[in-house]
Amino acid sequence: MAEIKVQNGVNVDALLAAREALKSAPQAAKFTWRASCKWQNGTHSQTKIQEFHGLGEAQKHKTEFSFDADHPEIFASEDLGVTPIEYVLVGLASCLTAGLAAVAQNRGVQLRSVEAKLEGTMDIQGILGIDKDVRNGYDDIKVTFFIDADASKKEIEAIVAQSQKRSAVYDVLTNPTNVTVEVA
Amino acid sequence: MIGAGHTGLATSRYLTERSIDHVVLERGEVANSWHHERWDSLRLLTPNWQSRLPGHHYNGGDPDGFMTMPEVVAFVSGFARHIDAPVRTQTTVTSVRQHDSGYHVTTTSGEIACRCLVIASGACNRPQIPEIERAVPATVERFTPMGYRNPQQLPDGGVLVVGASATGVQLAHEIQRSGRPVTLAVGEHVRLPRTYRGRDVLWWMETSGVWDQRYDEVDDLVRARGLPSPQLVGSPERATLDLNALSALGVRLVGRVATIRDGRALFSGGLRNQFALADLKMDRLLDTFDEWATSNGRDVDVGPPERFEPTRSPDSTPLHLDLSSGEIRSIVWATGYRPDYEWLQVPVLDRKGSLRHEGGIVDAPGLYAIGLPLLRRRKSTFIHGAEDDARDIVEHLAGYLAHLRPQG
Repeated sequence: MAEIKVQNGVNVDALLAAREALKSAPQAAKFTWRASCKWQNGTHSQTKIQEFHGLGEAQKHKTEFSFDADHPEIFASEDLGVTPIEYVLVGLASCLTAGLAAVAQNRGVQLRSVEAKLEGTMDIQGILGIDKDVRNGYDDIKVTFFIDADASKKEIEAIVAQSQKRSAVYDVLTNPTNVTVEVA
Repeated sequence: MIGAGHTGLATSRYLTERSIDHVVLERGEVANSWHHERWDSLRLLTPNWQSRLPGHHYNGGDPDGFMTMPEVVAFVSGFARHIDAPVRTQTTVTSVRQHDSGYHVTTTSGEIACRCLVIASGACNRPQIPEIERAVPATVERFTPMGYRNPQQLPDGGVLVVGASATGVQLAHEIQRSGRPVTLAVGEHVRLPRTYRGRDVLWWMETSGVWDQRYDEVDDLVRARGLPSPQLVGSPERATLDLNALSALGVRLVGRVATIRDGRALFSGGLRNQFALADLKMDRLLDTFDEWATSNGRDVDVGPPERFEPTRSPDSTPLHLDLSSGEIRSIVWATGYRPDYEWLQVPVLDRKGSLRHEGGIVDAPGLYAIGLPLLRRRKSTFIHGAEDDARDIVEHLAGYLAHLRPQG
């Protein structure tokens, strides 16, 4: 259980209570996340996110969030947003970081600062169709955490490992996922 | 000439016609690969009437049938006798080096110097196996199409067939029917019906001119040369062997093998898109046939246009499979073949190990290749495709030799 002194801003008690509650109502644990994307011009698109489904009913973020995606000028684009593949880094970094804070809180470890640097390497011969043996996506993603916390290096490493084990984004990046794309 | 298969022999015939002195070196016997490196049930993908080499045609009583491998060997050997080809059998080429204005060839039975060299050793000398093979648990037996003969070779129990080209679908079919439940990993594939509007689909490929499309007319040559072989089988029933036929037999379809990790095979979640792509491409090809039939007044010769059921997506597709659970007892890598150029000591290979050539004219003076995918035409790797390619190659070669000779 969390020690009172430790405050990482994560309400672990609430999370643990939710876990207990969902054990007896597994249907409520089924979530659907939604996004709506609208092409703007060229490679620029805007994706909006507000509504989702979970705990057995329709849910809503407090406000609508909007994400512009584009490509940099070296791709002859206007650079009105980060590239879609960079959003993957956003997802991974924020997922691992959130998980890490929760795990630290649960283990009674006070965090003072957490920073992550991410690097995804990719050979664009794949997406350009130059070489069929080159995959389209990242061939390697490296995440480096810089963590200042009241814990030994070993304990911190264990927290980081646990955050990967329970990360949704880490899971979809490292394991196959069924994707269905249809034209309505 | 290296290789006494149908392409080497077709080339030999045109060399003889032009009185160009030559010898055909063969590591084994005529039509060696057809004889020794194919599975028992294999028949040609092309119907008998399409089996033709320069001046040598099928003339049996079953023009719509498909030759078994012994029949192919007999057909090719008959051609070798017919043209009296200068074949040296049991002669393996161990190295080829550039020498003066020609090539120095070392074989298991002596040395040969030549002005020109034609590589006709085929595109399928070695199975192409992905590196993840090393991660397969030792309890799972592994096979390649070069070593596979029949399902009885495989242990009882589940079989993972990787690859859904002609080889993959044919092996999946016969292994499933042997009582071993097959899981077929499907990546990019080429779907074709066996017959269309009452005619063999390869009749359409030939008559409509698709197969004659030249290498310099194809949009993306690298891609076209790397396409998997179409999902076809030559069977007496002239049956279509697409993924719908296989899933109706109980074959389980999964996505491309992405990797093998901790003894588990992970499959791509993009299977539906592979289905959609193959269905769209097949329909586009059938559209081409229909347009050709109409604009050439051939609609009366064939049945009405047909469209086939889209590839059925399984309700649920496993994304991983534990290879050490005992469910899968063997894996067959139907992941393609590659040529073997280990003996070729001439710097004509690109960084991926493929020959650098322009329609069979290799990037070294007097060096030629024949019988590679889309070498000069879409039909280049089929038996009847050898004729036009061989004629073109020999014409270029004769011009090269004439240029070498001192002018009187």
